Amino acid sequence: MFTELTGVIVTFLLTLLIAFPLGRYIARVYRGDRTLLDFMGPLERFIFRICGIDPTKKMSWKEFLKAMLTINLLWFIYAFVLFLFQGKLPMNPDGNPSMSPDLTFNTAISFLVNCNLQDYSGETGATYLTQLFVITFLQFVSAATGIACLVALLNGLKEKTTQNLGNFWMIFTKTITRILLPICVVIAVLLAFHGTPTSYDGKDTVITMQGDTVQVSRGPAAGMIAIKHLGTNGGGWFGANSAHPLENPDYFTNILEMVAQLLIPIAMIFALGFYINRKKFAYVTFAVMTIGMLCLLIPTMITEIHGNPAIARMGIAQPMGAMEGKEVRFGPAASAFWSIVTTIISTGSVNSMHDSSMALSGLMQLLGMMVNAFYGGCGVGILNYYIYVIIAVFIAGLMVGRTPEFMGHKVEAREVKIAALVTLLSAFLIKGFTALACYVLVYHGNAPWAVKPSAWLNNPRYHGFSEMLYQFTSTNANNGSGFEGLADNNVFWNVTGGIVMILGRYLPIIGPIAIAGLLANKKYIPESSGTLKADSLTFGIMVFVVIIIVTALSYFPPLALGPIAEYFSLKA
Amino acid sequence: MKKLILPALKESFVKLKPGSMFRNPVMFTVYLCTIVMFFVCIWIMSGEHSQGSLTYNVFILVILFITVLFANFAEAIAEARGKAQANSLRKTREDTPAKKVFAVGEIFVGEVKVVPSSQLRKGDVFIAETGDIIPMDGEIIEGLATIDESAITGESAPVIREAGGDKSSVTGGTKVLSDKIKVRVTTEPGESFLDKMIALVEGASRQKTPNEIALTILLASFTLIFLIVCVTLKPFADYAQTPITVAAFVSLFVCLIPTTIGGLLSAIGIAGMDRALRANVITKSGKAVETAGDLDTLLLDKTGTITIGNRKATHFWPADEVDEKTFIEACVLSSLADETPEGKSILELAGATPASYSVNDARFIPFTAETRCSGIDVSGMKIRKGAVDAIRTLVSRAGEIIPLTMEAKVREIASNGGTPLAVSEGGKAMGVIELQDIIKPGIQERFQRLRKMGVKTVMVTGDNPLTAKYIAEKAGVDDFIAEAKPEDKMNYIRKEQQGGKLVAMMGDGTNDAPALAQADVGVAMNSGTQAAKEAGNMVDLDNDPTKLIEIVEIGKQLLMTRGTLTTFSIANDVAKYFAIVPALFITSIPALQALNIMQLKSPESAILSAVIFNAIIIPILIPLALRGVAYRPIGASALLRRNLLIYGLGGIIVPFIGIKAIDLFLGLFM
Repeated sequence: MFTELTGVIVTFLLTLLIAFPLGRYIARVYRGDRTLLDFMGPLERFIFRICGIDPTKKMSWKEFLKAMLTINLLWFIYAFVLFLFQGKLPMNPDGNPSMSPDLTFNTAISFLVNCNLQDYSGETGATYLTQLFVITFLQFVSAATGIACLVALLNGLKEKTTQNLGNFWMIFTKTITRILLPICVVIAVLLAFHGTPTSYDGKDTVITMQGDTVQVSRGPAAGMIAIKHLGTNGGGWFGANSAHPLENPDYFTNILEMVAQLLIPIAMIFALGFYINRKKFAYVTFAVMTIGMLCLLIPTMITEIHGNPAIARMGIAQPMGAMEGKEVRFGPAASAFWSIVTTIISTGSVNSMHDSSMALSGLMQLLGMMVNAFYGGCGVGILNYYIYVIIAVFIAGLMVGRTPEFMGHKVEAREVKIAALVTLLSAFLIKGFTALACYVLVYHGNAPWAVKPSAWLNNPRYHGFSEMLYQFTSTNANNGSGFEGLADNNVFWNVTGGIVMILGRYLPIIGPIAIAGLLANKKYIPESSGTLKADSLTFGIMVFVVIIIVTALSYFPPLALGPIAEYFSLKA
Repeated sequence: MKKLILPALKESFVKLKPGSMFRNPVMFTVYLCTIVMFFVCIWIMSGEHSQGSLTYNVFILVILFITVLFANFAEAIAEARGKAQANSLRKTREDTPAKKVFAVGEIFVGEVKVVPSSQLRKGDVFIAETGDIIPMDGEIIEGLATIDESAITGESAPVIREAGGDKSSVTGGTKVLSDKIKVRVTTEPGESFLDKMIALVEGASRQKTPNEIALTILLASFTLIFLIVCVTLKPFADYAQTPITVAAFVSLFVCLIPTTIGGLLSAIGIAGMDRALRANVITKSGKAVETAGDLDTLLLDKTGTITIGNRKATHFWPADEVDEKTFIEACVLSSLADETPEGKSILELAGATPASYSVNDARFIPFTAETRCSGIDVSGMKIRKGAVDAIRTLVSRAGEIIPLTMEAKVREIASNGGTPLAVSEGGKAMGVIELQDIIKPGIQERFQRLRKMGVKTVMVTGDNPLTAKYIAEKAGVDDFIAEAKPEDKMNYIRKEQQGGKLVAMMGDGTNDAPALAQADVGVAMNSGTQAAKEAGNMVDLDNDPTKLIEIVEIGKQLLMTRGTLTTFSIANDVAKYFAIVPALFITSIPALQALNIMQLKSPESAILSAVIFNAIIIPILIPLALRGVAYRPIGASALLRRNLLIYGLGGIIVPFIGIKAIDLFLGLFM
């Protein structure tokens, strides 16, 4: 057990060790300072020239969002068409079929919005063409979109008063050429050396030690697995994701993939401090998020390491802890750590089956996605955090007897309205759609659909409820991990999932950028001793409390009916 | 207080009109829930069995109704207090006889006729003599009078008001103690500041402030979140095969939405203005009070605010070779016709009265802005008294110079915060009179307190920079404007505002009006000119320049009360969840008994206890809402920690205790 814990701690410390200098580097990139990768300059200028982009053009928050949304719409159409006809297109050695329209809708949105929910299995549901030129492509650009939007927010915070949130095209391109691509090359090479396939051939035939003949899927997977984690995407090459022995071969790759998914979200926090020159705010933010992670991680590790009480009651010893749905090469501690990291950050890749996690772990995973701001996804994690900050600023500002202000700008009705709407949206999407699913299941269980609603759930009662709740929590958070055990490749789940993903992606991006744009337009107010300092530890605690209270109040009833009921039933 | 409660109770029923309920979205939803419960009760009476007993449902209905009434009561009592305060002021303006002057009368020109004050219109002229009550707000156009303003300010010492200058304004309801004045009416009936204030407090014209709107939006969105919680709970419960009664849904919803702050919100706003009124400040809008809490910079006049009244002569310093007695006599002679406080203080110091000197054929030279000196020509002497510069010009024109020892004295006086006043006779310097300011006791502590609040104080004075600096340091202000002209104040305010700061100033003169209008909070003195009162957004009835400090605290209190009660209200939900959610599901999911950490007796008693707690917390908090949360200048972070601990943590713990206690009590009957 000691070694397992050490593994977890070393992984986290290693991440910090790389993330800090990376954050400094990222700030330099966006500030336009000299960096090691300046040799990418000609390539970027070439891209701008052929696309007819003026990278120096200033953009207001509305122009910035318009550019971002337009290009996203184009990508959606591109992905939709290719998935729909992939069976007839080249680079399909295994002869996999095209996707059904509803699955196409779900999958195209899923990768476009950095969610990476997969209602298909990579081995049979996608071709090398779509895996590489749609999925991997979208994994790069969706991550870069999130980061670019965060940089727009930071541009608003950096200046005293400005209309300009930066040029979307320039920030977006630089994110790929100077940050995502170079790091991915390193990760992919390391993965390939540890056994992840990088081949364009079709299925291989292998004779096992038992003498059976087995068809093993492969493909040019290492590159995708690198960006899947670095870009906090999470969509796997293979259906079993990072539990698959070719996708995550050994303990080293497990650490590597772990570091890769934590790296950019943490580095962005430090980058924030360097970029807007408020290092203390960055450190407080990091502390709040890390404490949040620990609050979820520690109970999960304890419960997983202790094993399942139901099995213990049968008189069976569980020296390794709760091993159902886990890989022996990782063990419960590393799997628990992964399951929390992948849910608080919106990666959603898995190295164990969350459906088999203990009830308490399931609760923690759900909470991680409901908060969605303890580190959070590439760029968007801090955007989500910003919404909580605005609410905290408003209430705290009142509590110290001053009209609320954040970093020198007054927070007034319009900003509060936007922040409130974004908070409301998550609660609405998660609970509203779970309620819809419950309704269909209870009242139309035998509807004559391809998959009858009564056959959706793998488990009865509380756990079945958790499966549905998890699905919508995951799609709303653009996480993409599945509780599995849910028959989700059918019209109902594909369509509802698609709708939730698209709303859960763009509104929480538009909201913070609109707030940042509105605030940056306002007159700058210098700080006085009556001002509540946004970078004080007290304010950090305030934000943490707001996160807990908002989440608890929004989700207590469904959580009580799902994982909490299961936990107490299991204990009794 | 007691006589306020009855009308307030009555008013809380009047406020049940849907139109007035709609103004407050949180309480309006409770109102709707009450109506829903009413129909549920009818449904049960017509034979429905799935909704639990009638008694239980009626009980819930009654409690919800009381919750709405409590919220209305909070608002009504705040209004009643404001009204009581305003009415006592209004009493002063009951119809009084006015001696109106008709320019062209029935018999002769300028005829005076007694008419009721209600007939006076803007622009009319009336006369007030000893013993008269001034019928209307106005401006003195002729004469001077001592006036008892105690009806308005509570201050018994009479004040002097005279035509011209900055103290020409009189307020209706005050009493003339001596002399006779001619006054021009400056407001139409029903439009005086007091009338506006009364309307504001009564809620008729009370508009929500920007901050109140933002908070309402936040509360409305919390309400929506809880609406989603309750609506989605129905399919969840269907899935869990748990029937939930309408009463349980409604109770959960009403308990969760922020009824505490929702019910008290308007009371807090009214109480803020009421507190200002208690401090004898009339505000023209609720927004001005809020802005006051945000102030960064205060412009304060030196005289009357930082120093007591006016400068006083403290020493005569004759020049070399001038006999002290001769010098003092020259000083007295030059001050005989000098009506300024400084001039009077010179006589006082010399121990002389105007009557003790009889001067014949004297020609008094009045002070003008050009010569900057005044004096007297008597028995061949040309005595002049004025600023050192002005006297120096006179002296040098006569081909003389000011002796070096005298120049040294001038510098010494100035560097000690005094003001030197030079006296010359026929072009020969005679000496200097030292005038000193006396700093008000306790003013340093007040500035210290302001500094801790993050408010910068700026002293405005006509003194020279050396004197100003000395007084500024001694009083502990952060900055000063010396040799200030009216436009200097204006420029300083603009400069601060460009830096994003909110500035307040107090003024009385007409030449202060532009600056009062420019300042974010402009407080005009009641004694000031009409122009000044129109330009500012507050009027101080006491004419007390230190009032700005109180106004800042009132503004901060207002915001803090809102913030802390919001926190308290939302924190309360934690306990309510723990009371209601297990109660809803305990029959179908026995394991959830573990969430019943308060060990409430039964599902019914749990729900009732939560709803009752939710209702009674409103009247319990009314005194706090009216009084306001005390502000302490301990720095923003420390203040946040303190309030978070009291109202945040307290807000989590208190309902656990309260609900448990109510449950124990209900257990006696159920």
